[in-house]
Amino acid sequence: MNKLIKAITGGSAIVPIVAIILGLLVGAIIMLIGGYDPILAYRSLINKVFGNPYDFGETLTAITPLIFTGLSVAFAFRTGLFNIGAEGQYIMGMTGATIIGVSVHLPWYIHAPLAVIVGALFGGFWGMIAGYLKAARGVNEVITTIMLNWIALHLANYIVNDYLLEPGKGRSYMIDESASVTIGWLSRLLEDARMHWGMLIALLAVVFFYVFLWRTKQGYELRVVGHNPDAAKYAGINVNRGVVKAMFISGVLAGLAGVFQVLGVFLNQAVSASHTGHGFDGIAVALLGGNNPVGVLLGAILFGSLSYGAAGMSFGADVPPEIIRIVIGTVIFFVAAPGIIRWIIKRRLPGKKSKGEVI
Amino acid sequence: MDLATIGNMLNTAFVFSTALILASLGGILSERSGIVNIGLEGLMTAGAFAAAVSAYHAQEAGFGSASPWIGLGAGALFGVLFALIHAVATISFRADQVVSGIVINFIAAGSTLYLVKLLFEGAGETSLVNEVFHKIQIPVLSDIPVLGEGLFTAYPTTYLALILVAVIYYTLYKTPFGLRLRAVGEHPSAADTVGIKVLRMRYTAVLLSGVLAGLGGATIALTTTGTFSHNTISGQGFIALAAVIFGKWNPLGALGAALFFGFAQSINNVLQLFDFSSHVPSEFIYMLPYVLTILVLVGAVGRSKAPGALGEPYFQGKR
Repeated sequence: MNKLIKAITGGSAIVPIVAIILGLLVGAIIMLIGGYDPILAYRSLINKVFGNPYDFGETLTAITPLIFTGLSVAFAFRTGLFNIGAEGQYIMGMTGATIIGVSVHLPWYIHAPLAVIVGALFGGFWGMIAGYLKAARGVNEVITTIMLNWIALHLANYIVNDYLLEPGKGRSYMIDESASVTIGWLSRLLEDARMHWGMLIALLAVVFFYVFLWRTKQGYELRVVGHNPDAAKYAGINVNRGVVKAMFISGVLAGLAGVFQVLGVFLNQAVSASHTGHGFDGIAVALLGGNNPVGVLLGAILFGSLSYGAAGMSFGADVPPEIIRIVIGTVIFFVAAPGIIRWIIKRRLPGKKSKGEVI
Repeated sequence: MDLATIGNMLNTAFVFSTALILASLGGILSERSGIVNIGLEGLMTAGAFAAAVSAYHAQEAGFGSASPWIGLGAGALFGVLFALIHAVATISFRADQVVSGIVINFIAAGSTLYLVKLLFEGAGETSLVNEVFHKIQIPVLSDIPVLGEGLFTAYPTTYLALILVAVIYYTLYKTPFGLRLRAVGEHPSAADTVGIKVLRMRYTAVLLSGVLAGLGGATIALTTTGTFSHNTISGQGFIALAAVIFGKWNPLGALGAALFFGFAQSINNVLQLFDFSSHVPSEFIYMLPYVLTILVLVGAVGRSKAPGALGEPYFQGKR
């Protein structure tokens, strides 16, 4: 197993596994202090995720946007950019998909792909603004993406409120059947869990991420820009264009998360007072996965399952579901600070110390 | 628009800015010492939570008008507690500073809401604090037109924030301590060579950032909301982070950025007051502060230069 993970991610499996165990332990200790039963809580969590076909399907539904936003943030990280704006790009992706899904009427084989593409471009455009401002005016992308998150939220509300609103509903009209990307037979199989093609696209995006960054010239150039912009410039790579391109692709990935939430899950877009958090959670997923495509996939699975299962914890063991954020935070912490785990392993297993140097 | 409205607008701007000023000062200290602090949001959350809870209990225990001050202290203390996690992780264990900051945000959001549910029997927010801060009028000065209403009739926390800007500016640029703190963030090896304790300086800076961001969060709970819930902070920490960069890692710059942001917020309030909403969709008014920030950044500020060693862990003896 360890060899397998090492082969895929190029890293050791020990640290992430120990990190997950430690995270769950910290959660258990906090539950004990609060007077809750951690064993019952974790059993309820697992039950919620695997207990019946519906919940299993819905867990997959919860994981999908996290794969996209995780890849989005990780892609930007790989090119030396910190994209806090996956949230805004996600919202713009939703908006693009909703506009096409609601206001255009086409046969399905054009309608659905068009909605996906327009939504992805909306997200990409939103990311590109931050990339352009950084490249052309030297404005730090951290600030612009934070601001663009808020602008996206209000812009999306404006578009939905003024142009797409179904009267009295607080959300847009439902998208046309022809724009939806739901998988009917799979949903029926899983007791009406909301299954959609975005899940497959998410897996393809993982492959794209790898192939693009490690198997193409453009991807190589972007990684060089990320590693050392000065060296990139010296080697004749157009750094500014790289920044814009990287933010565009990062935005497309985050936009796709929103696209499939509209076209596959909600089938409409709600007027929202606050951010959904999918974009911010993407940062966590990227970090969990070490900015590595397969790592991001595994991180999204872990994050999505724990978050979805948390509802079961509060139902079955009366534990506030917020506890799961502490668990996830702790896991990320230990994944990102392997030094601490090595230190703990050394302290706890003094007998192995002489041989344990390899860890 | 008459003078009273302008005064009113200024006043609202200061109320909005106070928390941002405090938190961005915290961000500056931490980042000037070389430690990225993306966890400001979490530190503010921790501060707001502790302030709301302790002020409530102080009020119930009969501390009267001292309650918000007790809350303020508790906010600072909780901020330090979470900052300590960041410090240990990034300075002693050399964990990635961005990661650690994000983790602080996660753990602060999770643990405070968990504790709220635990302490207030399953409720989603703390019980309302009645003994919050009240605006105080500074005698004589508050009679000045516009400024009197705008600046000299404010919450005590606003004055505290403004005083701290001066104190921290002076400390950073006019004292040996400040010089050392900046040296550690610009070139830690050089600082180490001349005998500055790099790790100790960084610990001090990060813990102080916890105090300041905690105070910032506390002011929100103790002036505007009176309670703590999941949306009490809602992105203010990230805005404060933007103010740090916008203000070029300088206390006065961050003060300007925070005021600018507060002012944009208050324009927004005034526009709504004057029923501009019938001409301009309200969503565009909400967007205004964020759009203005980007426009100003594009137009005036340009490239801002981060401290030299920002984000780099320091290995003692590396030189």
